Amino acid sequence: MASLHPVTPAEAARKRRAYKVIAVLGALIAAVFIISMNTGTLRLSPSEMLHTIIGSGTDKQELILYQFRLPRIVMSVLIGAGFAVSGCILQGVTRNALADPGILGINAGAGLIVILYISVMPLDKSIFMLPFMSLVGAGATAALIYALSYRRHHGISTIRLLLVGIAVAAGISAAMIVLTLKLNPDQFKFVQTWLAGSLLGTDWRFVSALLPWIAVLLPFVFVKSRVLDILNLGDHTAAGLGAALNRERLYLYGAAIGLAGSCVAVGGGIAFVGLIGPHLARRLVGPNHAYLLPASAMTGALLLIVSDSLARMYDIPTGIIVAIIGAPYFLYLLTRTK
Amino acid sequence: MEAHSSPHARKADIRIHSRPAAAMLILIGGILALIVSAAVSICVGAADISLSTVWDALFHFNGELTSHQVIRELRIPRVLAGALTGAAFAASGAIMQGMTRNPLADSGLLGINAGAGVMLAICFAFFPGMSFVSLMLFSFVGAAAAVILVFGTGAFVRGGLTPVRLVLAGAAVSALLIAISDAIAIRYNIGRDLAFFMAGGMQAVDWAQIRIMSPWVIGCLIGAVLLSRSITLLSLGEDIAVGLGQRTGLIKTIGMLLVLILAGASVSVVGAVGFVGLIIPHVARYLVGVDYRWIIPCSAVLGSLLIVVSDIGARLFNPYSETPLGALIALIGVPFFLYLAMRERREL
Repeated sequence: MASLHPVTPAEAARKRRAYKVIAVLGALIAAVFIISMNTGTLRLSPSEMLHTIIGSGTDKQELILYQFRLPRIVMSVLIGAGFAVSGCILQGVTRNALADPGILGINAGAGLIVILYISVMPLDKSIFMLPFMSLVGAGATAALIYALSYRRHHGISTIRLLLVGIAVAAGISAAMIVLTLKLNPDQFKFVQTWLAGSLLGTDWRFVSALLPWIAVLLPFVFVKSRVLDILNLGDHTAAGLGAALNRERLYLYGAAIGLAGSCVAVGGGIAFVGLIGPHLARRLVGPNHAYLLPASAMTGALLLIVSDSLARMYDIPTGIIVAIIGAPYFLYLLTRTK
Repeated sequence: MEAHSSPHARKADIRIHSRPAAAMLILIGGILALIVSAAVSICVGAADISLSTVWDALFHFNGELTSHQVIRELRIPRVLAGALTGAAFAASGAIMQGMTRNPLADSGLLGINAGAGVMLAICFAFFPGMSFVSLMLFSFVGAAAAVILVFGTGAFVRGGLTPVRLVLAGAAVSALLIAISDAIAIRYNIGRDLAFFMAGGMQAVDWAQIRIMSPWVIGCLIGAVLLSRSITLLSLGEDIAVGLGQRTGLIKTIGMLLVLILAGASVSVVGAVGFVGLIIPHVARYLVGVDYRWIIPCSAVLGSLLIVVSDIGARLFNPYSETPLGALIALIGVPFFLYLAMRERREL
C-alpha cells in the first residue's frame, strides 16, 4: 500500500527517480524535436534553421519550417501524448496490460465515419469537418463496445472487452471495405493514407483543433491519478475504500475516448502508441499514476516524434512505422503478462 | 443411433460422442444443397440465364452463343472457386480448432490470411504479371510466416497460449502484416487493385486458376480426412494423445502444413475471406459431435455451401457493383464471434 502513504522513504526515492526520468524524457523530446525539424525531403542545415528561427531566413525556408515542418512536429507530440495517456487510462481502468484504443476498435469506428463522410462530401471541403466526425465515430464505437461487454452483476470483464473490441473492429473493417471500393481513385488514396496514420496534411489548423482536447483532458486525468491508483487495486479493495467506482470509471473512460477520438481525428489510425507508451513509462517510474501519467505522455510523444521523423525520411505514413515497432512489442508483452 | 463410440476409439477405451448418422445426413444433404445452389449460382447474375441453357452449355456446347460462353468461362469457374475455397477455409479452421483445442481459431483471426495478403502485395508491387502458380506459392510462404509469428509467440509463453492470447497475438500479427501491405500499396500505388483483390470476390477467377489450385486443395482435404483420427485424439488433450501412442509433434506439423496450404491457396484466389473457418467447424461440431473424422468432411461441405450461397447473395444484393464476399460473410461472422466470446467460459 506504499502508494497510499506518500511519506515512506521508498516512496520518496521513487519520487526522486520519477522526476529524474521525466526530466530526461523532456530533454530527449527537445533533442528529437530539433533533429526532427531538420529531417524530411527538403533539408535545412542547422545554421539555416537557426537563421530561420531568429527571423533572418529566406521566405522559402520560413515557409518550410513554420508552415510544414513545425505544425507536423507539434502535432506528433500532441498525438503521441494523447494516445499514450488514453492507453494508460484504459490499462488502469480495465486492469489489463494489453488495452489500447487501436486494439479496442476505437480507431476503426472513427475511420468508418470518415469514409462515410468523404464518400458523400467533396474532398476539398470535407477536411475541416473530419475531426468532429471522427470523434463521433470513436465515441459511438466505444459506447457500442462498452455496451456489448457489460454484464449486470459482473460489470466489465477485460477479456470480453478485448474480444468484443476485436470483433467490432472486424465488423467495421468489413463495412469500410464495402465503402472504400465505391470511392474514386483520389478519394481512395486520401482515405488509405489517412487511415494508415499519416500526418502529411498537417497544418496549424489541425493543431488548433486538437490542442483544446489535450489541454482540457490531460490535466483532468492527472487530477484523477489517485482514482486510477485505487481502481488498480481491484474492485473489492476499491469499493472498500469507498470510491464511487462506476461513476469514476465512466469519467475516465470518457476521457480516454475523448483523447483517442480527437487524436484519430487529426492523425488517422495510429495504433500501439497507447500500448507502448504506458508500458515503457511503467518500467521507468513504477505503477503510481501521479508519475505514470506524465511519463506515459512523454514516452508516447517521444515514440511518435521519432516514428514521424523516420516516416518522413522514408516517405510512408507514420502509423505504419508505429505498427512495425508496436506489433512485435505487443507480442513480447503478450508472452509476459498474466 | 447405435454407434456412440467409433471402433478405433473403443479400442482405445475412450468414448467419443459423435453422431455418424447425422453426419451422413449432413454430407448427403449438404452435397445435394451444394449442387442446387451451384445451379442457381450459374443461372443468376447480371444476366439471368435459364436452366435449360445451362444444360445445353454443359452438354451441347455452342461456342457462338454468348450465354454458353458466359456459363463456361465465367459462371462455372466462379462456382468451382467458391466451393473449393469454402471447403478449404472451413477445413483449415476445423484442423486448427481441433489441434489447438481453441474455439476461436480461424485463418482470418490468426493473421494467416493477412500473411498471404502481404506476399500478394509484394508480388503485385515488385513482380507485376507474375504467373498464378508462383503467386500461390508465395502466398503459402506468407501464410507460413504469419503462423510462425503467432505460434512462435506461443512458444515463449509459460503454459502456452490460451485462446484469448492466441486471438490477441493474431490481431497484433495481422496489424503488423496489414501495415506492411499498406506501406507497399501506398508506396507503389497499387492500393486500389490490392483492396479490390483482398476484399474477397470471385469475379475474375478463370479456369487456369482453378486447374492450378484444385489439386492442392483437394489433396490437402484428403490429407485432412486421413489425419482426422489423430486430430480427434489431439482434441482430447495432448496427454491423452501421447498416452495413446500419437506422435503429436509430427501430427501438429502436418496439420499446420495443411492449414497453410488450404488457407494460402484460398487467399490467392478469392482474397482474405475471414470467419468461414470460425463458424463452420462450430456448426459442424454442434451437429455431428466431437469426432473430427465427421467434423472435417462435414465442415468442407458446409463451408462450400456457405461461400456459394453468400456469393449468390452478393450478386443479388447489388448485381451491377458486386458486394465483396468477405464483407458479406463478416456480417454473419462478427455476431457469431461475439456469441462465442460472450459465453466466456473459464478456459477461454
